[in-house]
Amino acid sequence: MALMRISSPHATGPNRTTQVMLTVCLATLPGLMALVWHFGPGPLINVLLASIFALALEALALKLRKRPIGFYLRDGSALVTGILLGLALPPYVPWWLIFVGVFFAIVIAKHLYGGLGYNPFNPAMVGYVVLLISFPLPMTQWVLPAELTQQTPTLIETLLGLAQGTQGLPDGITGATPLDAFRQNTGELVLDVYAQSPVLAAGQWAGAGFEWVNLGFLLGGALLLQQRIFTWHAPVGMLATLLLLSALFYDGGSSNSAGSPWLHLLSGGTMLGAFFIVTDPVTSTTSTKGRLIFGAGVGLLVFCIRTWGNYPDAVAFAVLLMNFAAPFIDYYTTPRTYGHTKPRKATEKSE
Amino acid sequence: MTQIWNIPGGIHPPENKQQSLRAPLGHIDLPAELVLPLNQHLGAPAEPVVAVGDNVKTGQVIAQPGGQFSAAVHASSSGRVIAIEDRPLPHPSGFAGPCIVIAPDGLDTWINLEPCPDYRAQEPVELVQKIRLAGIAGMGGAGFPTAIKLAPKANQPIDTLILNGTECEPYITADDRLMRDRPEQVIEGARLMAYLLGEPDRVVIGIEDNKPEAIAALRAAAEGSPIEIAGFPTKYPSGGEKQLITILTGREVPAGKIPADIGIVVQNVGTAVAAWRAVVRGEPLISRITTVVGEALDVQRNVEVRLGTPVAHVLAAHGFQAAKASRIVLGGPMMGYAIETGDVPVVKTTNCILAPSQQELPAPPPAQACIRCGMCSEACPASLLPQQLYWYARAQDHEKLEAYNLFDCIECGACAYVCPSSIPLVHYYRAAKGDIRQAQVDKEKADRSRERFAFRQERIARQEAEKEAKRAERAKAAAAAKAKMAEKKSNAGTASDPVATAIAKAKAQQASAQQSPVEQRAKLERQLSAAQGRLALAQEKLSQAETEEQAEKCRAAVKTAEIKLTDVQQKLANAKDAPKDDPVAAAIERAKAKLTMSPLEKLNATIATLSERLQKAEAKLAQAQTEQSAHVEALQLGVDKLRAKLNEAQEELASHSPTTADERAPDDAASAAIERAKAKAAARAAMSDTDKLREQVSSLEVRLDKARQKLADAEAEGSPHVDALRTAADKLANKLADTQSRLENA
Repeated sequence: MALMRISSPHATGPNRTTQVMLTVCLATLPGLMALVWHFGPGPLINVLLASIFALALEALALKLRKRPIGFYLRDGSALVTGILLGLALPPYVPWWLIFVGVFFAIVIAKHLYGGLGYNPFNPAMVGYVVLLISFPLPMTQWVLPAELTQQTPTLIETLLGLAQGTQGLPDGITGATPLDAFRQNTGELVLDVYAQSPVLAAGQWAGAGFEWVNLGFLLGGALLLQQRIFTWHAPVGMLATLLLLSALFYDGGSSNSAGSPWLHLLSGGTMLGAFFIVTDPVTSTTSTKGRLIFGAGVGLLVFCIRTWGNYPDAVAFAVLLMNFAAPFIDYYTTPRTYGHTKPRKATEKSE
Repeated sequence: MTQIWNIPGGIHPPENKQQSLRAPLGHIDLPAELVLPLNQHLGAPAEPVVAVGDNVKTGQVIAQPGGQFSAAVHASSSGRVIAIEDRPLPHPSGFAGPCIVIAPDGLDTWINLEPCPDYRAQEPVELVQKIRLAGIAGMGGAGFPTAIKLAPKANQPIDTLILNGTECEPYITADDRLMRDRPEQVIEGARLMAYLLGEPDRVVIGIEDNKPEAIAALRAAAEGSPIEIAGFPTKYPSGGEKQLITILTGREVPAGKIPADIGIVVQNVGTAVAAWRAVVRGEPLISRITTVVGEALDVQRNVEVRLGTPVAHVLAAHGFQAAKASRIVLGGPMMGYAIETGDVPVVKTTNCILAPSQQELPAPPPAQACIRCGMCSEACPASLLPQQLYWYARAQDHEKLEAYNLFDCIECGACAYVCPSSIPLVHYYRAAKGDIRQAQVDKEKADRSRERFAFRQERIARQEAEKEAKRAERAKAAAAAKAKMAEKKSNAGTASDPVATAIAKAKAQQASAQQSPVEQRAKLERQLSAAQGRLALAQEKLSQAETEEQAEKCRAAVKTAEIKLTDVQQKLANAKDAPKDDPVAAAIERAKAKLTMSPLEKLNATIATLSERLQKAEAKLAQAQTEQSAHVEALQLGVDKLRAKLNEAQEELASHSPTTADERAPDDAASAAIERAKAKAAARAAMSDTDKLREQVSSLEVRLDKARQKLADAEAEGSPHVDALRTAADKLANKLADTQSRLENA
């Protein structure tokens, strides 16, 4: 009888990395649908193009690194990166902008560091930040939601936009995002800002369109939580901190107000960040306690940069800064092992 | 209701327990061979007490415990010992080990058993020894010799006895079957163990709530007794000893300690039954209940198997289809190990033979990259960070692995089970543990070697130092002897060595020169006053002189005194001007000047001097001839000599043709002089004292002649030095007379 000798455990769980990644991709659908509903086909084209670029560049990088291309492409991590970057980009950016962003995400931020599992920084956010710093104009021009313009760009216009950005779109279609509107506030009461800014006036809580997009990502995130793709610690840490700080600084809506908690939770990249970026396991901390701290740190930085920084939104910066801090947090959050009276510091030597 | 504590982590794999519970406990025929390994337990192997060819009865001891930490082995059926040899062992390594092989005769004749129904009449120590000799070892899987656990140290008072009926591994139902079928034996076993441990406060049997029948059966059997039957939620790995302790008591076994250290003993329910049967019925451990399960079998059930039965025999009895099986696992799917051959026997720890089909337990997919999802750390019952351990295990960073408590890993496999990238985490940890243990062994070895080496170095250094000390002593003695010799030699040498004398003189001079200028001046002043005194005395004498002759003498004395006085005055003046005048340095300067002169120049100088002296001598000779002096002959001789010398020098000069002169290495005048002096000294040393005196006499005579000649010349010329010359001539005459008298005495 010639039998195989395999190390225990012989049973393996149903969980597969590929499955995890594909579930994450599916979970972005509610948010993506909201985007398309309010902003036209631009976001969809962004996501498709970014995904194609991501897979192509991943294959190229794997080939250059002499790794089995099919095996690693199938883990779906490149697809996730592409989709997330595509979702984060403003609709109707030129195609080369997407390419540059994906290139930085996949080749620089991921494969130069050793590929999946070894990258210290969230690839999608690296790509996004590179674009935001290098091409601030196209990266800050958002089309207005359909509620305001009564029209969304057609597919033809969208494809034209790939060549020349928002210049190819009808006039008056772009405008300030809710966070932009709030940043430009110079000494008006929050109520007045809401009344004057068309995007805020047309919305329920945090600006027309944007609030629904965020709610879409919240729905997707809830799905992932229910599927136990990730634990609640990091998203809850981030959202709770953001809620707490914005509530603290809201002060009833004075001219000094930093915006209502609703505005902070349901505008910009809050929900996309909380459920799809902060939960990236590779660049996050390892222990549950660490993830709570990691998420809280992101929430804190998001609020600080939005309120006192130079950029209207801050999720990408906050995530990258906390990526830096992740190993440090890991150092101090090792769990207490069974039979030990207190957790050991990772630096401690065995006796 | 027993309080239940929660443990962190854990997983819920498919239980797969129903397959083997449908059929009742079965029995199978005896195999053709019973293979009984000598080491079916943790610790030292047992030692055979039978020989090949012996006939044995069922239950007969065939191997005695090999030490305290060991267990006996018994014949599991009657028959003949046909071999004691190495056979493949049921072990993850797949290694072979010593086994006693019995060919059963099929009669299954038992030895005479010694039942002991009233064990409470006996001391626990005796009963523990009985259990030990009955070969009881932990039947849950680890095979820890039961007798050791039942005899805790005096400083380990046991307050809680836990019987482990958790059976958390999927597929395995052996304990479930036992608890359902023989609940009263389990309870009796618990009572026996409680008696052996001194009646602990709490006796609790822990069972997962997926075995309601077993819980009910035990509750019924334990009715009226203080034994608790605790059911708790099913979660793998609740059956781990440490996990079960936490679940039932809320306590944790500190790292590196054993449960007895916190007053707890945990025994498997099967072990308790085996111990009870050994004590009360006198039956040694010769069989066990094993779950035979898996889709590659036609029949899935629990069977009571005689120990030593080959796995292949058990499988064959259950309709095993090799083509369908993905592997054969001994133990459960989480912690069991795959075997390579069905020849390995069922032993005391074999609780399950799992023969899954390809669909049931497919081969693991290739491992993907770790995405640090953290599912492993959520699943870890020991609250480790498996992803970090994996990271450091791959990096072979032993220090970090220990810092992350690798050795608290119980290898339950929960992390690998949940890993979405199907990384064989446990395999990495086992390998890392092995590496670290090996490294520790190597380190100890290296430390010992280093100590040995250091000791050796020290010893060599010490020996070397001793040798060196001896050598130094010898060298010192030799040096002392040499110095003595040299002293003798130099003492002997000073008498005859003018060079040494000259050096000594020069040194003395230097020493005097090194006198402080003040001292020198004082000396000179003293000399001055003395000279003045002498002059005054001489003048007084001159004035008192009566005869012409006396007056003449006195005048000479006055003159000498005057000369001396001027001389001293001059010296004093010099001393005042240049108090640091160094005669040695001056001599050296002169010698240097001489050395720097080319030989040609030297010769020229010599010739010039010689011709000057010759002219003077010739002038003297002519004068003497005209005066018809008695010294004409001597003068003639001197002139001749000078001429010869001059000729010689001139010849040498001639031989120094300009071409050769340059080529010739400059003569070392000093060394030549030393050579000459040495030769002279040697010649003198060779001479007898008489000869020396004779030579002295002749030389003195010559000098006296010369002095007289000079005196005569001076008188003739009316020189002012006549007196001085006369005194010198007188002195020489005295010295000559003295020497001549010594010569005559010699």
